[in-house]
Amino acid sequence: MAQHQVNYASAGGLPVALTTVDHLINWGRSNSLWPLTYGLACCAIEMMAAGDSRYDFDRFGTIFRASPRQADVMILAGTLSKKHAEFARRLYDQMTEPKWVISMGSCANTGGMFNTYATVQGVDRIVPVDIYLPGCAPRPETLQYALMMLQKKIRKESADMNKNKKQNLRLV
Amino acid sequence: MRKYVPKDSVQKKAYYTDRFHVVPSVPTEDVSSDEVFAKQLETLKAKVDVKSASIMIGQMRIEVDHKDNFKAIEILKNECDYAMMTEMSAVDYLAKDGEFEIFYQLLNLKERKRVRVVCRIKEGLAIESIVPLYKAANFAEREMFDMFGIYVNNHPFLKRIIMPDDWEGHPLLKTYPLQGDEFASWYEVDKIFGKEAREAIGPENRDPSRIDRYDTKRFSRVGHEVPFGADISEGEPETPIEYSETFLVNYNASQKQLENRK
Repeated sequence: MAQHQVNYASAGGLPVALTTVDHLINWGRSNSLWPLTYGLACCAIEMMAAGDSRYDFDRFGTIFRASPRQADVMILAGTLSKKHAEFARRLYDQMTEPKWVISMGSCANTGGMFNTYATVQGVDRIVPVDIYLPGCAPRPETLQYALMMLQKKIRKESADMNKNKKQNLRLV
Repeated sequence: MRKYVPKDSVQKKAYYTDRFHVVPSVPTEDVSSDEVFAKQLETLKAKVDVKSASIMIGQMRIEVDHKDNFKAIEILKNECDYAMMTEMSAVDYLAKDGEFEIFYQLLNLKERKRVRVVCRIKEGLAIESIVPLYKAANFAEREMFDMFGIYVNNHPFLKRIIMPDDWEGHPLLKTYPLQGDEFASWYEVDKIFGKEAREAIGPENRDPSRIDRYDTKRFSRVGHEVPFGADISEGEPETPIEYSETFLVNYNASQKQLENRK
């Protein structure tokens, strides 16, 4: 039978739980990742599907925000053209720290099949990417998995963002 | 039945087809073969100097001088009921003839006829805008200017429509490289971080899945494995491909197992 009452005797008679500040802060951060409502191409359709009731991002505490100032994850979902790169970077700059980036799909990762003059050959040329998500387009489950990987990554990090070295990133 | 094409040496053939492939010409008919077109051409010829006219795949193709484009299209619109301009753009024939071919595709909804007005223009010359006749020409002419660099006189708002305003070059010219020139390949870096960031970010990594058979450093020698960085300029050692035992399943041997299950 499930025990619904708190057993005060086991914690020395007090309702106390011990943890580290890092753990507590990262628990909060990783369970309330708010991505920016920002789609670039067909991957955005999968991102919308991931947000809707069937796949339901809300249960991860992931709620899309319409303003970069309220968001802390940027999901670059789709082909980034060179004309638009400036604005993508500007939105990234407007997001408050701490912030993370998921590069979603082949086009965002490497330029994909758009090996042309007008496409950015990988969004890591303009923003530091935390998770590269392969696929063309990745299914919603894949985006969910990427988000869970990002949560895992955040839980391993220090709560002090200055201590987190972004080793694999060419620019921050 | 489909024609049989031997496929044995298909991988030995050239990877690229000819970029400047010449399309086989379609049969042309005389304009007199179609009554409606013949009548319309008469109306046009009375006022504009028509260089040539023919019927190709049920459409009339009229070539006029580039100075007469507005006049010719005006007559076609007002006197021949061509109420719609469905498309207009240019074709780069600079390498072949030193000229652009500008075409206007018009549609007559009453008689269900289409006509293509074509004019040739030298590089550096401007064409007259037909926006006063067809509103659809507004964006089409801007796109033509963007992609080919052909200026359009008396256009209400001649500005790049697809590429950024500060873009250099006109991408649909045949001389424009597919993967972009120096300016294009650094565009986003220069714009966001400035030119001094070029070194930190590095050049674009184009086509990372390309397999270079003679590259001994990037794990691309499937079936030709040699030690990392080995010098193979003198010839490479024979390395037969080894498959794992589990991969090569002998389906005949498993027959007994199937029988046992029965």
